[in-house]
Order: sequence, then C-alpha cells, then structure tokens
Amino acid sequence: MPTRTVTVGSASGLHARPAALFVQAAAAVAPVKVTIQVGEKRAVPANSMLSVLSLGAKKGTEVVLAAEGDGADEALDSLADLLARDLDAEEPANG
Amino acid sequence: MAELTGIGVSTGLAGGPLLRIAAVPALPEPAPVADTAAEVERAFAALAEVVADLGRRADRTKDATVAEVLRAEAMMADDPMLREAVQEGIEAGTDAVHAIDAAFATHRAAFEAAGGYLAERVADLDDLRDRAVAVCLGRPMPGVPQPGHPYVLAARDLAPADTADLDPEQVVGLITADGGPTSHTAILARALGLPAVVSCKGVLDIEDGTLVTLDGSTGRVESGVSAEDVAAVTAKAAEVKAAVENSSGPGRTSDGHAVALLANVGSGKDAAKATEAEGVGLFRTELLFLDRTREPGLDEQVTAYREVFTAMAGRRVVIRTLDAGADKPLPFLHQDGEPNPALGVRGLRIARQRPEVLTTQLAAIAQAAMQADADVWVMAPMVSTVAEAAEFAALVHDAGLPKAGVMIEVPAAALRAERLLGVVDFLSIGTNDLSQYTFAADRQVGTLAELLDPWQPALLQLIAACGAAGKKTGKSVGICGEAASDPALAPVLAGLGISSLSMSARALPAVRAALAAHTLAECQRLAAAVLDADDPAQARKLVS
Repeated sequence: MPTRTVTVGSASGLHARPAALFVQAAAAVAPVKVTIQVGEKRAVPANSMLSVLSLGAKKGTEVVLAAEGDGADEALDSLADLLARDLDAEEPANG
Repeated sequence: MAELTGIGVSTGLAGGPLLRIAAVPALPEPAPVADTAAEVERAFAALAEVVADLGRRADRTKDATVAEVLRAEAMMADDPMLREAVQEGIEAGTDAVHAIDAAFATHRAAFEAAGGYLAERVADLDDLRDRAVAVCLGRPMPGVPQPGHPYVLAARDLAPADTADLDPEQVVGLITADGGPTSHTAILARALGLPAVVSCKGVLDIEDGTLVTLDGSTGRVESGVSAEDVAAVTAKAAEVKAAVENSSGPGRTSDGHAVALLANVGSGKDAAKATEAEGVGLFRTELLFLDRTREPGLDEQVTAYREVFTAMAGRRVVIRTLDAGADKPLPFLHQDGEPNPALGVRGLRIARQRPEVLTTQLAAIAQAAMQADADVWVMAPMVSTVAEAAEFAALVHDAGLPKAGVMIEVPAAALRAERLLGVVDFLSIGTNDLSQYTFAADRQVGTLAELLDPWQPALLQLIAACGAAGKKTGKSVGICGEAASDPALAPVLAGLGISSLSMSARALPAVRAALAAHTLAECQRLAAAVLDADDPAQARKLVS
C-alpha cells in the first residue's frame, strides 16, 4: 500500500485552520480513502476532523499517510505537500 | 395584547418577533427503536441541520476569523466517524438522541485526555452535541438564535459568552427576566446602542415568535402587538436615530444652557476614539495597575497619562486616582480579605496605609500634564468626609496641579456637598456606587436591581443636593456613572444643576439630542416633578 511520511509544517500543528484545510483536502480526493497515523497509535481516516484533531500532531510531528486504489499516489502526494507547508503563514483563501 | 414592565437600561424603541435563548434540553428517558433505518435518518438529519446552520452563520458574518471558526465547527459536526458511531449505536438498539450523545462523549473523552488545545475545544464539542440533541428532539437550538431576520432577544440574563453571537443586524432589542442597570446585559446593550429592558418578570412566558415592542427608557414591554404596531415603533426608532445622528457640537439645552458632554476612558486608545466628546470626565487609571505584583513606576505612569492628555489636547481631562479595594484587588497592595470589601479599605482610603502610592501617582500626573496641552483635573474616589477631601486637595495642589476634586459615591459626602466644595474645586458623582451605598444594595446582586435604578427618587434627591451646592458656589458638579448615559434622564440632571455628564463615547450623541430637545426651564420643571415622584416608574412616566 502506498504511504508517505511527512513532518507537519504548520506553526500551530495539525489544529484549527491547518487541520480544517487538510481534512477538506482529504475529503476532496474521494473515493480514494486516506488514513493518517502518528507513531504507534491507530491509523485514522484523514477525512474525519475529530479523529485528525485527536492525533494532537504538532509542528515537527512525523505522520504517515496511507491510501489504496486508483489515484492513491497522486492523492498522497498532494496531501503530503499540504501537510509539509506552514498553512498558518498562508492567507485565508476567502480573504 | 399584554403589558409587562421591567427596568429600561438602554434607551430607544424596538419591535419585532420575540425569540429567546433556548436552554440546553435535558435528555429524555431512553426509548426503544422500532425502525432502525428511520432512526438513523433522524439522527443524521439532526447533525446535517447543525452543519447547515453553522454554514449559514459563517456565510452571514462579515468577520473572516469568525467565519473560519464556524466552518471548522461545522466540519466537526459533519464528521464521517461521528456519523458511523451514531449509526452503530442505533443499530445496537440505542435511540437517536442517546446515540448522538454517546458518539460525542467518545470524542469528548479523547479531547480531554489529549489536554492543551484540544481540552479547550471540549466546550465546542459540547455546544455541537447540545445543538444536535435539541434538533433531534424538535426543540430550538440552544444559544443566541440566528434566524437571519430582525428580532427581539429574550433571555433570563445574558452571559458574556452569548455576546459574541449577538449580531446587531438581527437583534434589534434585548429583554431579560433578571439583571439590573449595572448587569452585563445592560452594559453590553448600551455599548451596542441596543434598546434594552432588564428585570422584566414574565418575559420568558411569552411564546417564541410573538410580536413585541419595547421602550428602553421606560422599561415598558408590550406583547401580542400587531405588525402595524411593530412597523410604527420601528419607524419612530429610525426617526430618533436620525435626530441623534444630526446632532453635533457641545452639549446644551435648546436655549443654550451648557452641559459639558464628556467621555469615560481607561486608556489613550479610548481617548482617541472619543472624538465627539468635549473632554474626558472620568479617566480610570486602574488599567495600568491591574495584574501587577509591583506598582508601575513613575515613568511608566507618566507615559500612560500623557497618552490620554495628548489625545485630548485643548480639552478637559478629569483623571481619577487609583480606585482599588478588596473587591477590585491589586496584587501589589497585598490587601487581605475583608469581611465586607465594599465597605472596606478602598479608593482614597488606601492612601492611609500606602501614602506613597498616591503621591507617586500625583507626581506622574503632574509631569504628564506639563508635557501635554490638556486641562487636567484630578479627583479621588471613595471620599466620605470634608477632612479627607481637604487633605487630598492639599496633596494635589502640592504636586503642582491646579484643580482638585472628589467623587461623590457615599451618601455622607452628598449630604455635605456644599462644605466639600469649600475645600475642593469640583465634584463628580459616581451614581453606580452612590446607589449601592444609599440603598445598601450590592451592585453584583441581580435580584436587587430595582433598588439600583438611577431613577430612584432618593438617589435623585442626593444628586439634587450636590447640584444645588454647585450652583451656590459656582463650581462644577458632574456625573460619571451609568446614569449620565441615559438620554431620558439627561434633561432631569441638567435641571438639577449638573454641569457635566460623562459617559461611554457611544452614548454621547443620544444624550446630546435629548438635551437639545428641552429648554433649561423645562429641564427644571421635569427635575422638580421627578423629585416629587413616588418611585422610578412614576418618575419615568412624568418625563416620557
């Protein structure tokens, strides 16, 4: 199964705005199902805001993304890129 | 049509359908599930409505940050794992409401266990759970309603947390069953310029959606009125608003008797916003001292005071020396608990134990006054005797400051107003504390609200004594409590001989318009009538 290991780049970690942007992006790659995992904890669906928040990932935390099926690699690439960026430093899209 | 009466705390007229802040519904007894699929559908529909409602609120708000927070909350309620847990619960025989409750509880526990940022989000989860449960039970969602049209908000009392959701585009008036003139609701309403009636018993018995009108001056509420009544009141409110917006210049009666309109400020930032004011009638210096384990140094004080004096260049600034006490504790004063802080060592009384705090402050005020071009007056809080006033005035004059005054917050001081003016240059009446001490009614106790009404004839009688002393001695007697921001009361106060009114800058235009609508002779006639009233309700009626 394709996976990507990424270090969270957002200053506030995978919380608040960065978490919302990531979960939205993960939901947008459906039907590809993406999971996200921190350390030895159970992998959780990346399109679940509550589960992603509960990971408690901070800036610098290493997370593993995994997905299967058609388009899995493209989906993982785009989500990994998103996680690595500092989303807190980027302007809100809707101004 | 039914009439209710409360205390008008924020002037103005308003009308519209009444909607209340709904309470969090209690969970009913668990019910057996007959049709699992239908029950799942019911639960999902409730969650979907919560998501849709948050989305609508996010669309309506003009604040990008608020919109983002609301959308993040919507995503929590729109969580596929949450829905999965709800569905599993229902399939195991739990009804929709309890399945929703249980699904949220799981995530709540995870958030709490994680601590930090997530533990702070527990309140958001609870709010989402309460909303979903309410919808599922066919009840209104808890919290401030967001119907997307103008309405009158009813509540037992408003909590500070509710105010963030209070959209002035939708809420046209406030009515609360509890609270008083100094309650959070009253302060908020005046800050937002919303007509408000507090302490209105029976308002919670009015059904949601009933058309009501309210008068934030008289405290009168009419329920079950017609749409035409609401339209007439709304038109009248617009007319008054136009008159207020068209008023400008210094405060005066229609025949030119001057009543200075001043602003209450706590910092240079506030002062910069008070562009319409003729000066500052109350500069609270506590802000600088809050949360400090050591007294702020002379230079720091000079800088802070100079900011306000500079913003008010060419105008009057009445600065009040430190007003602290066991009820408003400042760590560096190391005040021990007192059995009754309101009657303890507070205000000027602190100088008995820590004279250097006052002398340092006066030195800082004098230096700042030298460096700016404002007309600086200095007053002390919590003065009860002529001896205290004389001692304070000597310290002020010794510091090189020309104008010394005292606040009238204690009946003892009001009764001796004329003698106080023999030793100081001006008086400023703090009506909030003067009410509290005259009626022996704690400002924090909502159930005593009617005693703290600024229209109480006994309070007005004490104000009249001060006003008369001012006239006789030719010295300035102002008001800087909440009473000064009530437009209906302004002509009465002018008639009682009050020469300045100090209020939050926002209240100023309405007070100016009210003064300009009367001659001095009319003000004096109103003042005499109000002093002769039996109670606040009758006093208000005489003026309206």
